[in-house]
Amino acid sequence: MSMGDSAIMLRRNFKHTVRNPTSVFNAILFPVILMLMFVYVLGDAFSVGVDYVDYATPGMILLAVCYGLGATATAANSDMTKGIINRFKVMDVSRGAVLTGQVVASMLNNVIAVAAIIGTAFALGFRPSASFTEWLGVIGLVVLLSFSVSWLTVALGLAAKSVETAGLATVPLIMLPFFSSAIVPADKMGAGVAQFARYQPFTPIIETFRGLLAGTPSAGDAIAATAWCVGIAVVGYVWATATFKKRA
Amino acid sequence: MTGRPPIVVRMRSSAIEVSGLRKAFGDKVVLGGIDLEVQAGTIFSLLGPNGAGKTTTVNVLTTLIKADGGTVRVAGHDAATDAKAVRAAIGVTGQFAAVDELLSGQENLQLMADLHRLGAAESKRIIPELLEHFELTESAQKLASTYSGGMRRKLDLAMTLVGDPQIIFLDEPTTGLDPRSRRTMWGIIRELVARGVTIFLTTQYLEEADQLADRIAVLDGGRLVAQGTAAELKRRIPGGHVRLRFADVRELDAAALVLPGGTRDDEALTLAVPSDGGTKSLRDLLNRLDEQSVQAEEFSVHTPDLDDVFLALTGHASNEEMAK
Repeated sequence: MSMGDSAIMLRRNFKHTVRNPTSVFNAILFPVILMLMFVYVLGDAFSVGVDYVDYATPGMILLAVCYGLGATATAANSDMTKGIINRFKVMDVSRGAVLTGQVVASMLNNVIAVAAIIGTAFALGFRPSASFTEWLGVIGLVVLLSFSVSWLTVALGLAAKSVETAGLATVPLIMLPFFSSAIVPADKMGAGVAQFARYQPFTPIIETFRGLLAGTPSAGDAIAATAWCVGIAVVGYVWATATFKKRA
Repeated sequence: MTGRPPIVVRMRSSAIEVSGLRKAFGDKVVLGGIDLEVQAGTIFSLLGPNGAGKTTTVNVLTTLIKADGGTVRVAGHDAATDAKAVRAAIGVTGQFAAVDELLSGQENLQLMADLHRLGAAESKRIIPELLEHFELTESAQKLASTYSGGMRRKLDLAMTLVGDPQIIFLDEPTTGLDPRSRRTMWGIIRELVARGVTIFLTTQYLEEADQLADRIAVLDGGRLVAQGTAAELKRRIPGGHVRLRFADVRELDAAALVLPGGTRDDEALTLAVPSDGGTKSLRDLLNRLDEQSVQAEEFSVHTPDLDDVFLALTGHASNEEMAK
């Protein structure tokens, strides 16, 4: 029963993605523009020890994931506030099916945006030294990261009062990469910010991407990154399902 | 196993039984002990201004939220302990047209058919039928986001009907619709009842309850202040009168002498005489005028409408001023 419902919901969410190309386009375009801006305009001013495009690409991957979440939050919120979720609930559609549809659609969006950003990076002279297995690691972490922040974002969207506040709720997720080692290393920042940047969840995730792409993965970063992702996913999942159940 | 409920509960008996229903959000009491019963195959209207608790009642009855106290039985099943059985028997069209705007009308109906596990053959039969019935065939391939308010409501109701529910909850189905769409919706609701469906309708329009409902319950501040047929409710308050209009003041003076209980309006040249509207009292009245050779230009009987009832029952006017 639930398996069938999930397939039906997924089909619905995929149709939404195809019907709403501007949201996909938007999720791709902004990170690409940011990347061009940092690499071409600002990059030479940062001395990070390596070619700037090589330094920035891991952070841009993360940014590409986060930027796409605005659309996920608004979609989840509009289903909730426009009564569509109530309709599904009265029809006894499992909450797993409805929410999974949204999470998977969000992940699909994310993967497309990440592919576009990596493509842009190559066009800008990105030269990773990752082996095949390390690339698999990169892909695995992109999927895990996208899975966890998508659950969190669906929860944010379901809990938000209106579509506007839902969009706003994802702004911290979009800003967070700027206060991490995405653009410049944490130790180049001011004292307080540097502390924050060092310990916030996105830094180990970016460092893991960086290590994998440079062919020098660090187990410590990878463990921290995975732990953060799993933690965020659990919080998002519990919050989303509780909100789905409670809110009418 | 098409998800179609059996038709057992349709004969006589109550479709909905509610007793002592209470619900509070935090310390705000929204429903303070509600009792009501809806006979199968009838239209029941819950009438009240915004904030009276109509939507909360619908949400509890449709298993979307849990009551704090009291019992709710829908289609013979307990809404709290047997929500699944209740859901199988009901259809709900909420206050906002819950259609998927990024799908076409046809796809919205197909989504419902898929979720109800109707096979391809049955979907192919039922979807064009519903589109046709709701005059949506021409727009079937267009995205629902391009639909007018009236079309959305119709699509919403058509989606609810895909599951062939025995009991349909309509939460303010015509709020925000233009008069023409409202009449179309009324026609659709009457047809559904003619087919044996039970309708639980909430509205803030007295006229709508008057037009459609077999029984009306007036909800105000989370309590039912009256229940009965439209006629019963109207009878509960005085205010029926006969209005006579005269050609000139002389005639009006003469009539006022004959009918001393009347209230005169010298400007409009009318006299309003209290009356129960029955034929006997009307004949008496006309005879008395005739005996004194008093001629009235115009004669009309006024029975109190539900607006009068609402005002009398709740101490405040029905909708506009206090709703918005």
